[in-house]
Amino acid sequence: MVPVNYYIVLSAILFSIGVVGVLVRRNALIIFMSVELMLNAANLAFVAFSSVIKSFSGQIFVFFVIAVAAAEVAVGLALIVEIFKSKRSIDVDQMSSLKG
Amino acid sequence: MVIMTLDLIFFLALSLIAVATALGMLFSRNAIYSALFLVLNFITVAVFYLLLGAPFIAMAQITVYAGAIMVLFLFVIMLLGAEALPTTEVLPWQKPLAGLLAATLAVEATFIFITRARPEGGIVAPDIAVNTVTNLRELGNTLFTQYLLPFEVTSILLLVAMVGAIVLVRKEKRVH
Amino acid sequence: MHLAETVNSGFFFLAPWLVFAPVVGLLINLIFGKRLSETMIGTVASLASGAAFVISVLLAYSVSVNHGEVVRWQLAEWIHIGTLQLDWTFRVDSLSTTMMLVVSGVGTLIHIYAIGYMHEDVRFKNDVGRYARFFIFLNLFIAMMMILVSGDSYLMLFVGWEGVGLCSFLLIGFWYELDTLGRPSWANSNAAKKAFIVNRIGDFGFLIAAFIMFWAFGSFQFDEVFEAAQHAAPGIILAITLFMLIGVAGKSAQIPLYVWLPDAMAGPTPVSALIHAATMVTAGVYLITRSAELYTLVPQAQYIVALTGAVTALFAATIAVGQYDIKKVLAYSTISQLGFMVAAVGMGAFVAGMFHLVTHAFFKALLFLSAGSVILGLERGHHHAEHAHAQAHHNNKHIKGKRKEERQGNAHEEVFDPNDMRNMGGMRKTMPVTFWLYMIGTLALAGIVPFAGLWSKDEILLDASLHYPIVYWLLSIAAFFTAFYMGRQIWMVFFGEPRHAAAAHAEESPRVITVPLMVLAVLSVIGGVLNLPFQGFHNLGHWLEYTLHEVEALPLNLGVAGISTVLALLAIAASWYIYGRNQLRAGEVDPLKQRLGAFFTGAENKWYVDELYHAIIVTPFAKISQFLADVIDWRFWHDWFHETVIAGTYNWVSNIALNRYADQRGIDAVANGLGDVTQWFSTILRKVQNGFVRSYALSVLLGVVLIVGYLILK
Repeated sequence: MVPVNYYIVLSAILFSIGVVGVLVRRNALIIFMSVELMLNAANLAFVAFSSVIKSFSGQIFVFFVIAVAAAEVAVGLALIVEIFKSKRSIDVDQMSSLKG
Repeated sequence: MVIMTLDLIFFLALSLIAVATALGMLFSRNAIYSALFLVLNFITVAVFYLLLGAPFIAMAQITVYAGAIMVLFLFVIMLLGAEALPTTEVLPWQKPLAGLLAATLAVEATFIFITRARPEGGIVAPDIAVNTVTNLRELGNTLFTQYLLPFEVTSILLLVAMVGAIVLVRKEKRVH
Repeated sequence: MHLAETVNSGFFFLAPWLVFAPVVGLLINLIFGKRLSETMIGTVASLASGAAFVISVLLAYSVSVNHGEVVRWQLAEWIHIGTLQLDWTFRVDSLSTTMMLVVSGVGTLIHIYAIGYMHEDVRFKNDVGRYARFFIFLNLFIAMMMILVSGDSYLMLFVGWEGVGLCSFLLIGFWYELDTLGRPSWANSNAAKKAFIVNRIGDFGFLIAAFIMFWAFGSFQFDEVFEAAQHAAPGIILAITLFMLIGVAGKSAQIPLYVWLPDAMAGPTPVSALIHAATMVTAGVYLITRSAELYTLVPQAQYIVALTGAVTALFAATIAVGQYDIKKVLAYSTISQLGFMVAAVGMGAFVAGMFHLVTHAFFKALLFLSAGSVILGLERGHHHAEHAHAQAHHNNKHIKGKRKEERQGNAHEEVFDPNDMRNMGGMRKTMPVTFWLYMIGTLALAGIVPFAGLWSKDEILLDASLHYPIVYWLLSIAAFFTAFYMGRQIWMVFFGEPRHAAAAHAEESPRVITVPLMVLAVLSVIGGVLNLPFQGFHNLGHWLEYTLHEVEALPLNLGVAGISTVLALLAIAASWYIYGRNQLRAGEVDPLKQRLGAFFTGAENKWYVDELYHAIIVTPFAKISQFLADVIDWRFWHDWFHETVIAGTYNWVSNIALNRYADQRGIDAVANGLGDVTQWFSTILRKVQNGFVRSYALSVLLGVVLIVGYLILK
């Protein structure tokens, strides 16, 4: 029997890796993928808890998360494509015209 | 004891794979490689779902996440030619600081969950996993009764996202 | 109220109208003066003065009906502080009604005279608009004099005293920008200033006396003072009376403060008559008479007063002998006669003094006003002579070789003094009415029987002969000189041949001028009736007895009277011998100069008293005040202290200390510093927004880590 804590620790590690990915990588797509990784880590935590408390709420939530992530990816990628059209690059460091 | 150890070994092995693929995604120079690593990660997590007794979610994960979303990512990566290589690093402190802070976060989270959170019992995964059909039926029931509104709203959300994506990439009509 | 009742209890309620009737008159002239004709203005003023006279008559009647009982009519409370109670109360008794009658009676006649006189004077001086002002000031004077004589306390008396001083100043300096000959000059205003300042010295003495009185007795009111004086130390009474004498010397022109009165002749002649002959100058005599109870307590003071009066009488009479200005002769004559009065009241002969005051008012006013008539006649003559001359020149203009300066214009360069007796002569033929009036005045002044002056002067001489022989001799010699200089004046002015074209062309004055003179002449003739020294006739004596309580009614002493009459006749004969026999011709020197030499020169120059005062007092005073003004006030106080010390310090404080250090380096530094700090801070903070999303995300992560850490540690 695996204690639920182990799943949670794993989820935390995956989340942290996702965070590092968002912060360190400059490619917009990689950053997006890191965000998906973070969402995934959260889903894992949800499902782990749902199995502990023997309720479906966690799984249903994950269901919705997946759906929303899908929508989000669709729109986000459309945006990245648009940005690429005008800037010819997806390096987020080059999108710093809001510099104050 | 053997079963528990097996569970544990299984779990450790899988988590190792998950972390490794995640790190692989992080450190790959090639965006395609990163995407593929992420797909592997998703699959691993889907296996975890199975272990946790959520078969529908596991399938949904593979189908939607790994199958649709990541494919979409791959399309866009191939479309955009992902090598955006740069110039000099403009934020020199970013990498070390990010690493440090993320490590801190991980440690903090671990610390909390180990010392504070004490849920009752462990995971009794296999039992539930047997009744796949019953599980699904129950899930569907709950979904369409208790969570009907979010369900419908989500469907509208998907519609909106679709329309939005189409609108965003539409070419401007040139006025003559 | 039924008339009979009023008659029995008296018209005392009218007392305040003594003052208010002239005030109403002056207000009407002040407000409506521009719209009224000259006659109207003069009539209003004369009616106001006449109203005061009518009220005086009624008040005198009321007093007599009440058997001389003193009535005190309170008009208003003035100052009430603690135990200090000073009120404006009218005192109606026989003494004050006597003064009221003289002032308002002679005053009204002079108002009427002035209507005609000022009509011509403003035209000779080319300022018709000033007519109303004259009558306003005259009415103001009557009001102030009424306050003086009707006051129930020394304080109210002093209010009137100061008021008449002011009016004297205003009226002497009536033509303030000219001199007596009509040329632009400081002369008239200087004369007015002199009068005011010298009077002030007298007022100073009066005030010291008043202060001592208040300090010793605690009151100014007559009855209370006289009551308290009975029990006071003689030293205090002596001090009070002697300081009061200084005030009298100022107001009534005695030695040493008489010097303002001759200069006061710069004012128009009605002013000289009213103020400087008949009324204001007698205020001093009235004061001493009123203070009779004080003076009788200190015989030493009485002696000093009597001597002062006698010496002044003789001194002024000698000066009058050497004067050429017709008004100056009369001015010194006034000083001399005032000396007679002051000597009389000094000796304790209060009735004699008051009697002489009344008769002197009649004939001196008559003399002054007649002199004014003569002066106007000369001005008219001068005018006619000029026109005739101008006509002649007009015809001669084309003739060459004639005196060039006469061809050059109508105005004569020659300065003509209408007051100078050396320009007169033979006026008896050109101005007969004025001549007879002047004669009557002269005879009254010289003391020829049966004119009024004889009786009053004689009473004084009689009293002097009985009590103070020195005074008697001094006054007798003064009487001799009096008759002499008046005779000299008559011969020089009215007899002989005219010594100037103006005198030859002189015209008689109109009736509005001569009729009041006739009234005064009648009074001068019969005025003696007031207090004939025969049994049953001491009318004024009995009248004043109500107030003075102790009256020595002396019968006629033929010896004294005889000696004084002989002296007067001798003096007139001497004057005829010198002036009347061989008439002076134009440009000749006064014959007395040859005979008396130095004495005459001294008299002519007023014994150099003015020059003495100038050297001892005025010049050092001017030097000191120049020093104080220039060095102390301007250079030290203003230039150094104010400019350098105060202004400099202020500028330093404000500019350097406050502006530069406190404000600029201090407050501005703080304010600007805050701004600079904020700017610096924001410049630093601005770098946070570097446009890189990754760094923003890092900050979010940092925040999350911190919060979670905090939650762990909690």
